[in-house]
Amino acid sequence: MVERQIWTSNLNLWFGKNQILHNINLEAYKNHITAIIGPSGCGKSTLLRCFNRMNDPIPFMELTGKVYLDGKDIYAPKTDVYAVRASVGMVFQKPNPFPKSIYNNVAYGLQIQGKYSKSEIKDRVEESLKAAWLWDEVKDRLHHSAMSLSGGQQQRLCIARALANKPKVLLLDEPTSALDPQSTAKIEELCLALKNSVTILIVTHNVAQAGRIADYTAFLYLGELVEFEKTEQLFTVPKDKRTEAYLTGVFG
Amino acid sequence: MNRRKGKNTFWIMMMTLMLIITAGFLVVFIVRIISLGAPVLSWKFIVEPPREAMTEGGIFPALIGTFLLTALAMIFALPSGIFTAIWLTHYGKPQWLVNILHIIINTMAGIPSIIFGLFGMAIFVNLLGFKVSLLSGSLTLAILALPVIINNTEQAIHSVPADFSEASLALGATTRQTISKVVFPAALPNILTGAIISVGRVAGETAPIMFTAATFYSRSLPHSLQDEVMALPYHIYALMTEGTHPESQVPIAYGTALVLLILVILIDATAIIIRSYMRKKRQW
Repeated sequence: MVERQIWTSNLNLWFGKNQILHNINLEAYKNHITAIIGPSGCGKSTLLRCFNRMNDPIPFMELTGKVYLDGKDIYAPKTDVYAVRASVGMVFQKPNPFPKSIYNNVAYGLQIQGKYSKSEIKDRVEESLKAAWLWDEVKDRLHHSAMSLSGGQQQRLCIARALANKPKVLLLDEPTSALDPQSTAKIEELCLALKNSVTILIVTHNVAQAGRIADYTAFLYLGELVEFEKTEQLFTVPKDKRTEAYLTGVFG
Repeated sequence: MNRRKGKNTFWIMMMTLMLIITAGFLVVFIVRIISLGAPVLSWKFIVEPPREAMTEGGIFPALIGTFLLTALAMIFALPSGIFTAIWLTHYGKPQWLVNILHIIINTMAGIPSIIFGLFGMAIFVNLLGFKVSLLSGSLTLAILALPVIINNTEQAIHSVPADFSEASLALGATTRQTISKVVFPAALPNILTGAIISVGRVAGETAPIMFTAATFYSRSLPHSLQDEVMALPYHIYALMTEGTHPESQVPIAYGTALVLLILVILIDATAIIIRSYMRKKRQW
C-alpha cells in the first residue's frame, strides 16, 4: 500500500490575470518517483515550484487550494517557508552550483541553518556526496571550485547539495535536459537508487525518461492535470485522448 | 562589386583616420604633460611642502590632502552606495519608488561637479556648520561618487546569474543569507573595480572641493576633520590662476599635474589588474 508524502488539493495558480494551473489534485507517494510530463508551457515547472513555494517571490502570484507535506498545509499562515524549502529539495534544469568549492556547495544548506557543528557538516557532506554517487570522483579535490566539474558531475553535485538537508522530497525540474546521454543515464539510475530514501517528483520533457524511471506519471496540459496514473497504465492504456496524442507524438 | 569594394576601403580608411586622430590627441597630451612636468619631478618634490610663496618646494601637503579627501569620501560613499544598490535590486518596493529613485540617481550622475561644490557649501559648510574642512570636502565628494557607485553596484549584482539565488533560496536560505553568502561575493570583483575607478575620478575633482575643503596654501598637514586641506587638483588651479610668479609656478603646476595623472593611471591600472585576475578565477 502506498502512502502519500506530498500532494495538492484543488490547487489554482495565477500570475497576474493569467491562470497557469487549474484545480490540480496530484499526489506523490513515499519512496516512489512521480513524473510530470506535458508540452512546453503547460505549467509543469510552475506546478513543481508550488511544492517548495519557489513561486512565492514572483510578483502578482496568487494561489488558492492547498499543498500538503505529510498532512501539513505548507501554504498555511505562519508556515516557516525556509524550513519547508530545506525539507523539499530542488534541482534545476541547468546545473547551478555556487561559485564556491565542492565542499562548500554541499555544506551550504547546513551552514545557513547555523545549528550544525563543523564535524557534523563534514560527515553530512561526505554522506551526501556518496548518496549522489559523486564521492569517488571528488574526494581528493573537495576544496576545488565546483565550476571545474563536468556538467553531469555538477548536476550530481546539485543533487548532493539538496540531499545534505535530508529532505523528505526531492523536486527535479528537467534535470537532464542540459546533459549528454551518458550523464543522463547516470542521473536516471541515481534517481532509482535514491527513491528508497526520498520521494521524488520529476518534471521531464522526455516522455521516454518518465517511462524508464517513474512509478507514477501525470500528464499536464494547458495547466490542467489531464491524467494521473501508474506509469505503465498511462503509457499503455491512456484514458484521455489528449494523453494518447501527446504520448504518440501527435503534438509536443 | 568594385563599387562595394571601394566603399569598403573608404570605410576602413575613415576608421583608421579617426583612430589616429583620437589616439594622436592622447599621445600628444601625455607627452606634453610629461615634458613640462618631468623637469620639476624629484623625490623632494613629492615629500616637501611648498616654500617661498609656492615658487619652490614640493606638493607633499596637497598629495596627503588628496589622499585623505579621497579615502574619507570612499568611506562615506561605499557602504551607503552598496547598501542602496542592494535595496534597489532586492528589496525595492513599491516599484514606482524604485523607478523614481533610478531617475534621481541617473540625474545626479549627470550634474556638473561645480553644482555639487555649491551644494556642499550650502549644506555641509554653512547649514551643518562643518566649515571649509576635510569633512565637508569628503562628504561632498562622497555625494558626487554615490550615483556612480550605486549604478555600478547594481550592474554588478544584476550580472550574477539568477540561478545562484534560486539555488540558495531553494536550499532554505533567507533573502539576506542569499545576498550576503552568494550574490554579494559573486558580485564583489565588479563592485570593487567600479569603486576603484570612482576613486580615480574623485581624486581628480577640483570643483566640489573648491568651496568646501581646499585651501590655497597650508604649511602643515591637517590635524583633524575640521581643518582645511590642500589637494592636488586645486593646487594646480591655484598655481595657474593666483600665482604671482608664473615663471616658477607654471612648471610646478605641470609637475603636480603629472603626479596626479600618474596617480589616476595607477589607480585605474590596479582596477584593471584586479578585474582581469578575478575574471580568470571566475568560471560562469
